[in-house]
Amino acid sequence: MKESPAPETAVTAPPAPVRAKTPSRPADRIFASSTVVAGVLILVALASVALFLIAQSIPALIADPAELPTPSTSFWEYVAPLAFGTVWAAVLALIIALPLSLGIALFISHYAPRKVAQTLGYIIDLLAAVPSVVFGLWGIKVFAPFVQPFYEWLVDNLGWIPLFAAPVSGTGRTILTVAIVLAVMVVPIITAVCREVFLQTPVLHEEAALALGATRWEMIRMTVLPFGMPGIISATMLGLGRALGETLVVAMVLSPALVINFVLTGSANPPTIAGNIALNFPEAHGIGVNALIATGLILFIITLLVNLAARVFINRRKAFSGAN
Amino acid sequence: MTTNTQGIVNSLTTARLPRWVPWALLAGSWIVFAIVFGILAANTGGSYNIVAVVFFGTVLFDVLLVTISYLVEGSRRAKDRLVTSLVTTAFVVALLPLVSLLFTVVVEGSKRFDVAFFTQSMRNVVGAGTEEFPGGALHAVVGTVEITGIATLISVPIGLLAAIYLVEYGRGHLARSITFFVDVMTGIPSIVAGLFAFALFALIFDDPGIRFGFGGAIALTLLMIPTVVRSSEEMLKLVPNELREASLALGVPKWLTILKVVIPTSIAGITTGVTLAIARIIGETAPLLIIAGFTASMNYDPFNGRMMALPLFVYTQYANPGTDVQPYLDRAWAAALTLILIVMALNLLARLIAKIFSPKLGR
Amino acid sequence: MSAASERTELLGELSSRILVYSALAAGLLVCSPCVHQKHAQLVTVRINRPGSLAAIAVMGTLILTSCATNEMQHTATPGALAGGINGSGASSQGSASDAWVAAFQTDNPAVTINYSPDGSGAGRKAFISGGVAFAGSDSALSTKELAQAFAGCAPGTAAIDLPVYISPIAVIFNVEGVTTLNLDASTLAKIFTSTITRWNDPQILALNPGASLPDATITAVHRSDDSGTTKNFTDYLAQTAPDIWGEAASDTFPYKIGEAAQGTSGVVEAVTNGKNTIGYSDASRAQELGFASIKVGNTFVEFTATAAAKIVADSPLLEGRGASDIAIDLNRTTTDPTHYPLVLVSYLIVCQEYADPKAGDLVKAYAGYIASEAGQTEAERSAGAAPLSADLSATVMAAIETIR
Repeated sequence: MKESPAPETAVTAPPAPVRAKTPSRPADRIFASSTVVAGVLILVALASVALFLIAQSIPALIADPAELPTPSTSFWEYVAPLAFGTVWAAVLALIIALPLSLGIALFISHYAPRKVAQTLGYIIDLLAAVPSVVFGLWGIKVFAPFVQPFYEWLVDNLGWIPLFAAPVSGTGRTILTVAIVLAVMVVPIITAVCREVFLQTPVLHEEAALALGATRWEMIRMTVLPFGMPGIISATMLGLGRALGETLVVAMVLSPALVINFVLTGSANPPTIAGNIALNFPEAHGIGVNALIATGLILFIITLLVNLAARVFINRRKAFSGAN
Repeated sequence: MTTNTQGIVNSLTTARLPRWVPWALLAGSWIVFAIVFGILAANTGGSYNIVAVVFFGTVLFDVLLVTISYLVEGSRRAKDRLVTSLVTTAFVVALLPLVSLLFTVVVEGSKRFDVAFFTQSMRNVVGAGTEEFPGGALHAVVGTVEITGIATLISVPIGLLAAIYLVEYGRGHLARSITFFVDVMTGIPSIVAGLFAFALFALIFDDPGIRFGFGGAIALTLLMIPTVVRSSEEMLKLVPNELREASLALGVPKWLTILKVVIPTSIAGITTGVTLAIARIIGETAPLLIIAGFTASMNYDPFNGRMMALPLFVYTQYANPGTDVQPYLDRAWAAALTLILIVMALNLLARLIAKIFSPKLGR
Repeated sequence: MSAASERTELLGELSSRILVYSALAAGLLVCSPCVHQKHAQLVTVRINRPGSLAAIAVMGTLILTSCATNEMQHTATPGALAGGINGSGASSQGSASDAWVAAFQTDNPAVTINYSPDGSGAGRKAFISGGVAFAGSDSALSTKELAQAFAGCAPGTAAIDLPVYISPIAVIFNVEGVTTLNLDASTLAKIFTSTITRWNDPQILALNPGASLPDATITAVHRSDDSGTTKNFTDYLAQTAPDIWGEAASDTFPYKIGEAAQGTSGVVEAVTNGKNTIGYSDASRAQELGFASIKVGNTFVEFTATAAAKIVADSPLLEGRGASDIAIDLNRTTTDPTHYPLVLVSYLIVCQEYADPKAGDLVKAYAGYIASEAGQTEAERSAGAAPLSADLSATVMAAIETIR
């Protein structure tokens, strides 16, 4: 294991960006260049996807709006409800999922007994793997009928709040239902990453806090959460990514209409981009295909913006990361 | 669940609630609401709602416990109790739908979870099939294992190496752009990945109807790489710099430091990340429908011919049943159960690897 | 030091296992089905420490590499049909297609036919580009599409439409205490445009004297995905109640009101699980629920296979198309009470002459089976379709005879 396996002649990549002081070893350079190659490969893959998306989108952007799947005055009018629905559903899902996931992750990492915690962590990992088709099946067969009476109650009693404006959906397949199912889907993902991050909190920090007389919550607030913040944000972004791009659950559970509204319990819900592509792609033809791919490009851009915001936030908190 | 196991004396505390108090309060709150809803149900003639009882009972419990704790133990201890109960509640609340889902899958899935399901394909099976050949998902199991396996084989090395680059080597524009664009990549809608793979291979092989398993694997790779990079990067970052410095100071080359110190330290997290990434893609349906295709027959060759996958199997069994719906639904649930079991096996494997490689930490 | 050597040992063991797995994976990748005994043996030999992992590996290998028991190889008789063709298209034909393929493959064991229910649009697109040998579509090729070149067909030849699958569209409902429901086109249009919003609306009561309709909101469920079912449903409303239904027939449900659900399964699910719901779905799934009778002339007609087949048989063909191109111009405004006007016709789209004669032979044989009495009965049994009338069947058969 000690000897460096490859001859120097194999190195053809440009000098690796290793910091200057390390003595130059062939193995080091091979390893470093292979990591660069991997990174560049990702960029190339993404660039080709982006090119594909843009090239396929352009016909829809310049086409006569009347040829769009749903006749509109412009492409933007067509895409607006979709973009709104995508963000709205994902935000709702995160509002529900984030506190829950943090709670579960903390419970597993700092509250539950060690043995129990391991089993629970295992179960949560497993649940992250339940395919979205199954969530869709569960959503439409079990969950939507279950929540419909609650929605009825909400609309009857809290109908004055715009979120619960009448009329109520007769089947319970609303954007709130979708958001809850999405939340159930992303909870295991966020939890799994958060738990792993929380467990990495330096024990000394924790013990120091406890030794100073902090209660358990104060210890968590002062050591675990600041340490884990970038991880939490990263996990949230993973979850958000899945919620934004989730296709089948939305397609199967949501009752969509091309509208923009904030009503959580009605029949006419803003559709999401991914769900809309899945619903309409099979029957799409001509410019419709391009229009759908263009909406995919919009989803791409939305995710890009969200991630940009998260990155900025993480960079501000970098002081707490272990590797700086 | 007690809060004083660490034996830390809180100087501000004047008194301490006995251990039985939270439990008594919980039981009390539930009973109160059981009675309230009992009366309500009797008056309105509605059905008795056990979910509401537990829900409102728990809320009442939280309020009571915090109030009492505040009065007796002071605000810091009260806040601690509040968070403890919130965390526990969050856990239980989140587990309910998950358990409901798992329960549904296991109950519905076990109906057709038999030998025939794993030794037969759907070729020439209509409706409930025959006594001898009730139809199964062997073709889909093989397809899923091969497609996901290939996707994993491609994306884990690339993703892990890229993450190592970002954490250990990356400086300047390249690293920043990779970090950023990996984030962007998480936003590729799965169906777009499928379209892209289809367009790519249709172009390469000049075949407008191309459908093969490897193409599906490429589409899934696009979806899997960002997840692998993201989670591995996060885990590598958590390795304390002291470890790297100690190793380098001993004269160990950087690449060996990474392979022998950094990765083993974070291997548990990385394997969790990879398992999550596999979990993310193994249930993908839309891209496979476009590029891997749909077939009822066996196909072992990912480079030639249509290949079925389990999620697709679930979806088509649900979406396109004949007049006799039940056997189709049973097969769909059984396939869903299979999918979960496959991931469970992967999970076990990942944990085993983590156990073998990861050093013993302080806890 | 001992910890290190232990680590090395574990590493060694692990890498040997990884070796075994990759060998296994390679075996999986390169081998054709049913020749895997050797590899299973390899695994049992290589893993000298029989742990649970090894057992799982062996079992997994045995299961994964064995042949599907329902696919045991049959020796092909010389001269018999052999090979494979792919089709793609309408999901409405999906379950019927499963049955047809199963029966056809049983009769011709060396043939593999794949039909993926991707959607009519996707099917036509794939067919035009030569991606599939035949397409299923809920609407016939448009004249614009017919003017294009078909990549899979012999140069200069066109494609033809063969009506092979007729399915009544049922108006399904789920209202407590109501088992039968009579509706006419204008009421139906008003319900789906939300002009009528309550079940005890006078107009519904007038059509259903004596029925105990509740004072409840109507939840009208339509398809959220583009579909031929929606196109036929909206076509019916647009033709029979044009003053209320202000939109033309379209794959997309044209109004932004009411509840939407994905696919036939989704609509059936929504109607079943919802309260006071009404929707439309392919008849194959309507038996699970109550379904409405539609007013034709002065009678209320329940959907039946015969009534659906009859309106197709009595409707004229679209003019100005090739001799073998059978595209039906459905007469929705019929007043003949033996007709059920809410019907979907799904076509098999094939080449008049194939560039690849082998594919031509297979498609011809397969289409011949579908249009035959046996094929149509099979579709009725497995998918609730209406068999083609004798006349139409003969016309279709004659057209199939011209496929080369």
